[in-house]
Amino acid sequence: MSCGLAWRAVLAFGLGAAFALPVLGQKSTADGINQYRALLADGNPAELWEAKGEALWKQKRGPNNASLEACDLGKGPGVAKGAFVELPRFFADTGKVQDLESRLLSCLQTLQGFDAAAIAATPFGRGEQLTLEALVAFVAAESRGLRFKLPQGHAEERKMLEVGRRLFFFRAGPYDFSCASCHGEDGKRIRLQDLPNLTKNPGDGIGFAAWPAYRVSSGELWGMQRRLNDCFRQQRFPYPGYASEVTVALGVYMGVKSEGAASIAPSIKR
Amino acid sequence: MSDPMRIRAQVQGSGAVVRVLMSHEMETGLRKDAAGATVPAWHITEVVAALNGKTVMTAQWGTAIAKNPFTQFTVKGAKSGDKISISWTDSRGDKRTDEVVVA
Repeated sequence: MSCGLAWRAVLAFGLGAAFALPVLGQKSTADGINQYRALLADGNPAELWEAKGEALWKQKRGPNNASLEACDLGKGPGVAKGAFVELPRFFADTGKVQDLESRLLSCLQTLQGFDAAAIAATPFGRGEQLTLEALVAFVAAESRGLRFKLPQGHAEERKMLEVGRRLFFFRAGPYDFSCASCHGEDGKRIRLQDLPNLTKNPGDGIGFAAWPAYRVSSGELWGMQRRLNDCFRQQRFPYPGYASEVTVALGVYMGVKSEGAASIAPSIKR
Repeated sequence: MSDPMRIRAQVQGSGAVVRVLMSHEMETGLRKDAAGATVPAWHITEVVAALNGKTVMTAQWGTAIAKNPFTQFTVKGAKSGDKISISWTDSRGDKRTDEVVVA
């Protein structure tokens, strides 16, 4: 008798739980991921890279035994604050539009005497690429909370925007994919991951405004160059190369589209 | 040489909340590299927190702790201006100590 009662209690509880679950399930996956990110944001290990980057910025290194404090990121020599939200931009000394990583590469070569081509050819996460990761985290963090406003005054900058736009919609490869296949419409996702629509401003701290970021799954800090590498890998494209014009042009396109979005970089990602 | 920790200590109520971010690989010893060879275990084994030089917490850590670990705890009775130091020892015998003043 008491046994039956207990069973009924279990059944009632079970039914209750069955009805309660769909209510919990109404929270979208995106909410769940955001909650997860918020929980982790307080102890974002990207801070470790920021600290390392700041030390590397000031440290005398390389064959020339020089620091990067004379490196001009667009706001004058040695000014890191506010530089990130205005990159990529045109630099008169190199005669090229450069993003943060290609610009740092130029500084590593001209100021410190490193071989930029050798660093660009180094696989991610090894050797001097580790230096770049840290520097990227430091420089991006100096612009945290500021809003993107890429300069478009120079003809080269406008040209790169157009090149970036065409590359974004360029379909090729074994899957006949383009960036726009995934990032050209609202409401698209890969498995559980919502994809930002990068043909317009996706909002504060989304898309272009969220990178560089610490990836929890790999325990690494990824800059925009490495992020784009992964996009190309997923499309089964050959990788255009570290700091290549293709990646910079895409950076200009995404950056200009993100105008007014606040940067949260370096952020934290799954 | 190991990278510095990031430590924040803020007064909250009658104590201080301490947040620590450590830079460590935390290899479990179960992973294999590209060549198929086992990557040897290498992780933090002990964490010690001290308030003005007096140990207030010790923790034994193992392979279940994440890479670049984050830890948070409350130290009762800590006041603004007190010194909190965190030390870790890893399985290779490496040690690191960083200190912060409670804000």
